[in-house]
This record gives sequence, C-alpha cells and structure tokens, in this order.
Amino acid sequence: MERADKRFGFLCSLPILVVLALGFLAPLAVVALYSTMPERVFGLAHFPTFEAFRTLVEQDYYKSLLWSLGMAFVATCALFLLCWPLAYAMAKVFRSFTLAITVLVVMSLFVSENIRLFGWSLTLMKGGLLEGHARAWFGIGFDGLLYNVPVIVFGLVYVYLPFMLFPLAQGIAMIPDDARQAATDLGASRWQVLIEIDLPLAAPGIAVGSLLSFVLAAGALAESKLLGGQAVIVIADEIETAFTYSQNWPLGSALSVVLIAIIGCLVTYGLARVNLDAIIGRNR
Amino acid sequence: MGASRSAKLALYAYGIVVIAFLYLPLVSVGFASISRARYLTFPIKKYATKWYSSAFASETVMELLAVSLRIALIVAAISMVVGFFGALAFARYNWKHRSLFQKVILLPIFFPQAVLGLSLLIWFNALGIIPDWKTAVVAHLVWIAPIATLIIAIRAYSFDPALEEAARDMGASTWQILREVTLPLLMPGIVSAGLFAFLLSWGNFPLSLFTTGADSTLPEWLYAKVVSGYTPLVPTVGVLSVAGSLMLIAIAFAIFHAVKFASAKSA
Repeated sequence: MERADKRFGFLCSLPILVVLALGFLAPLAVVALYSTMPERVFGLAHFPTFEAFRTLVEQDYYKSLLWSLGMAFVATCALFLLCWPLAYAMAKVFRSFTLAITVLVVMSLFVSENIRLFGWSLTLMKGGLLEGHARAWFGIGFDGLLYNVPVIVFGLVYVYLPFMLFPLAQGIAMIPDDARQAATDLGASRWQVLIEIDLPLAAPGIAVGSLLSFVLAAGALAESKLLGGQAVIVIADEIETAFTYSQNWPLGSALSVVLIAIIGCLVTYGLARVNLDAIIGRNR
Repeated sequence: MGASRSAKLALYAYGIVVIAFLYLPLVSVGFASISRARYLTFPIKKYATKWYSSAFASETVMELLAVSLRIALIVAAISMVVGFFGALAFARYNWKHRSLFQKVILLPIFFPQAVLGLSLLIWFNALGIIPDWKTAVVAHLVWIAPIATLIIAIRAYSFDPALEEAARDMGASTWQILREVTLPLLMPGIVSAGLFAFLLSWGNFPLSLFTTGADSTLPEWLYAKVVSGYTPLVPTVGVLSVAGSLMLIAIAFAIFHAVKFASAKSA
C-alpha cells in the first residue's frame, strides 16, 4: 500500500503541476529574463545589462512601491482588527448564522471586483447615494469622498475582507475551548486569555489571512484607478504603464521582479511555518 | 462559550453590518441601472427600464456575454479534472513531496493577479502567441485550478482510505477503484469546485484585462467604460453580470436539492 501511495501521489500531482509550470513558473522566468535586458528592447537575445533596475531607483519608481506596500500594510492591520470579532463569533458563538454569513460573503466574491468598486464610486461620489440623499433629505451637502489615499485603503479593506475573514475564522476554530476555560479558571483576565491563548493558538490562521490580504493588496490595481482617481500611482499601475503605453518591457519586468521578490520572501517565510493539513483538513 | 447575552447580540449586529457593508455598493449599482437620466445623480427622480432593453438589443453586450460564458465553462471543466487529481495528491496519498506540493499549489493564489496577467502577456508574446479568449482560459486556470484543488481537498480529507483498500481486496483494478469508489465519493467536492471555478472566472477582471487580446469579457468592458467613455449601460451590464451568477447559484441549489430528495426517496 505504502509504495502505491507514493506512486499515485506523484502521478496525481502532475496535471496541476503542468498547468503551473506553463502558466506560472515559465512566465515568471521570462519576466526575470526581460528585467536584465537593455531598455526598450522587445527580444531576449541581447547581452544582459541591469539598466532597468538603475532606472527604477533613479527615477523614483520605488516611491510607488513604498506607497503600495504602505497602503497594503495599513489595510491588512485594519482588516485584522475588523475581522477578528466577526471571525471569533463565526468560529465560537454563532451557530447557523455562521453558514449564512459564509454563504453571503462567498457570494459577494463572485461579483467582479470592479463592479463592486464602481458601486462604491456611485455611493461615495458627489451626487452619489450618500451625498445625494444627505443633501436632498437633510440639506447637508459635502464634497465627494473619492480620489484620495484613505479611499484607496478603504477599497483595499473592502475587496480583501473575505481573504482575512475566512482564514482567521478557521484559525480561531483551532483554539480548543478547554484551553480558554482552563486559563479563565486559573484566574486569567480576558485580556490575558486573548494575548496568551487566543492569538498564539490562532496564529496559523492569522498568518495565512494577513499574508493573503497583504500580498493581494500590494499588487492591487483597480482600487487606485476606480476609487483613488490616481491620487497616488501604485506599483501595479507603474508596471502596467511600462508594459503598455511606454512600451518599456525591461522596466516593467524589473518593477515586477522587485515586487515578486518581496512577496515571494514573505509568502515562503510565512507558509513554511504553517501546517496546511491542520488548517484545511482540520482533523487528521 | 462565556459570551454574555448582550455580547452575543452585539456580535450578531456586527455580522449584519459587515454583510450590509459588502452589499451596499451593489445597491447603488442596482438603483443606477434603473435611473432614467443619462447623467446619474442620487436621489433618483425618474425610473426606467430602457437601459435594459438597449442592453439586450446591443450586439456588443451579447458578444461580451458569449465570450465570458465560453471562458468560464471551459475553465470550470478543466479545473474539475485537474483539481480532482490535484486534491488526491494534496490530501489523500502520502507521498514524499506532499508538503512541498501543498505549498507550491498555493503560490498562484498568494500572487497579485494584475502582475500575473502582465507576466502571462509577456510570456505569450515570447512564444509568438497572439492573445485571445483562449489565452485568457490559460490565465484563469493558473489561479482557479489551485482553488478548485483546495475545495476538492477539503472533501478528500474526510475520505476513508479503507474503502479503496476494500475494493482492491475484492479484486478491483486501479482504474475501477478510481472510477467507482474515489470519484463518486469526491463528487460533491468536484461539483462545488466546478461551480466556484465558473463563478470566479465569470467575474474575474485583473487576469482577463491583460490576456484576452482583442476579445473582451464583461468585467473588462465595464472597467474600460468606467475609466473612459462612461455610458448609462454600465450599471445595467453590471447588474446583468451579477444576475448571471445568481441564476447559476440558484440552478445549482435546485439541482442539489433535487438530487438529495431523489436519493432520500430511493434509500
């Protein structure tokens, strides 16, 4: 049995590995190659230079990167604080209501993110759902709430909420009730239970949720375009511009490589410490 | 446990607030789609359904629907097959590199989709492939097949290997076991993975944006129109796209219940 298991495991992994080799690994390798090419060439048959990386530093492209990482960090922290109480309730307090929330949150994911963001711009714009009604009903008009940095962070929080909520709820479900009960019986305060029992035992869920939200938010594009009106240029936007309008593939590739390197380090570091069997399979 | 009545009530209220927050923008889109005015302002004064009739009469919109549907159906079908085998490798068999495999599968999910889309565009170009809806299928698969794998894996974890062993002891071949034991047991997971795959592909925007070439999907067209060249059809097409997802979910639930009812009756 043991030997058959080994063979089948490998064989079954092949289809998806082929998909990922052709659609994930190969494109990343090509981007990495392009990033070493001289600027504004469209082939790979040139002697590698690292001009693109120099441009990246000299022409302040790193500022976009810092903006993206900064906004992603703030959004992730906000998401953690917003989702913790709900995730806790879903794992430990609600009964059938957990299923209702899960279904409703998942269904919102099936609506294209740009339809939802477009909905927010209709809600928040001057003459939109909020301002229009506030003016018509209470006579309080105000400027639209769009086109600034906070609204971009708001958009990130909105779009990536499910990616924090579900891993967090899954992580909290892994905390044994006995451990909390024992701590309380021994005289621990609520705060102590949170810090010394809940947070460490839910750590895998916290790690997965935070990593997912941070990584996706750092590479997000639609939020800054649809809500932010490009109040700041995010890194994904710079990459898109380099590949499309300015036709500078090596620069676009170099920007991608830097972003991918940062994300890659975070994800490898984070996932190496998480036991996936425990999170996804629960009891095995 | 331990939560007082008022704390419980507050948590329920909070849950409802979060759900309302998630759906509020869709309410705005819904209202916008039935506003009569060409230039939308709230509160809406006159309602009309004329944008729906013009959307249904528009060839562009029908073409967008057809492209989105084609991509989503193919992505769902391939994801179910690839995800089935992937899930067995993920959760069922104990093989040497399983833990590494589990993490490799997650990498495309932990990756910004816009950057993935652009990387694929460069890669297709290097191969000399001109992007169209077929390249978008590949792009969607890179992100969706791993998700399908995870969904089926959840089911595969609760799988009792003794069932396969019993079949083997009774002389079933590997192929027979796969077809008559493993596949039926994982079927609920496979079906929900297919549903997820379809819906995620149907609504996907960042991957489609860079990989569909001259073809265009619904979310892409909406984005292009919002960024430049707004038309009153935008909210209408948005609502149609959401209605498409809802219809599929409703059909899936109906079939699910019909199957449950039928099997309960026969048992």
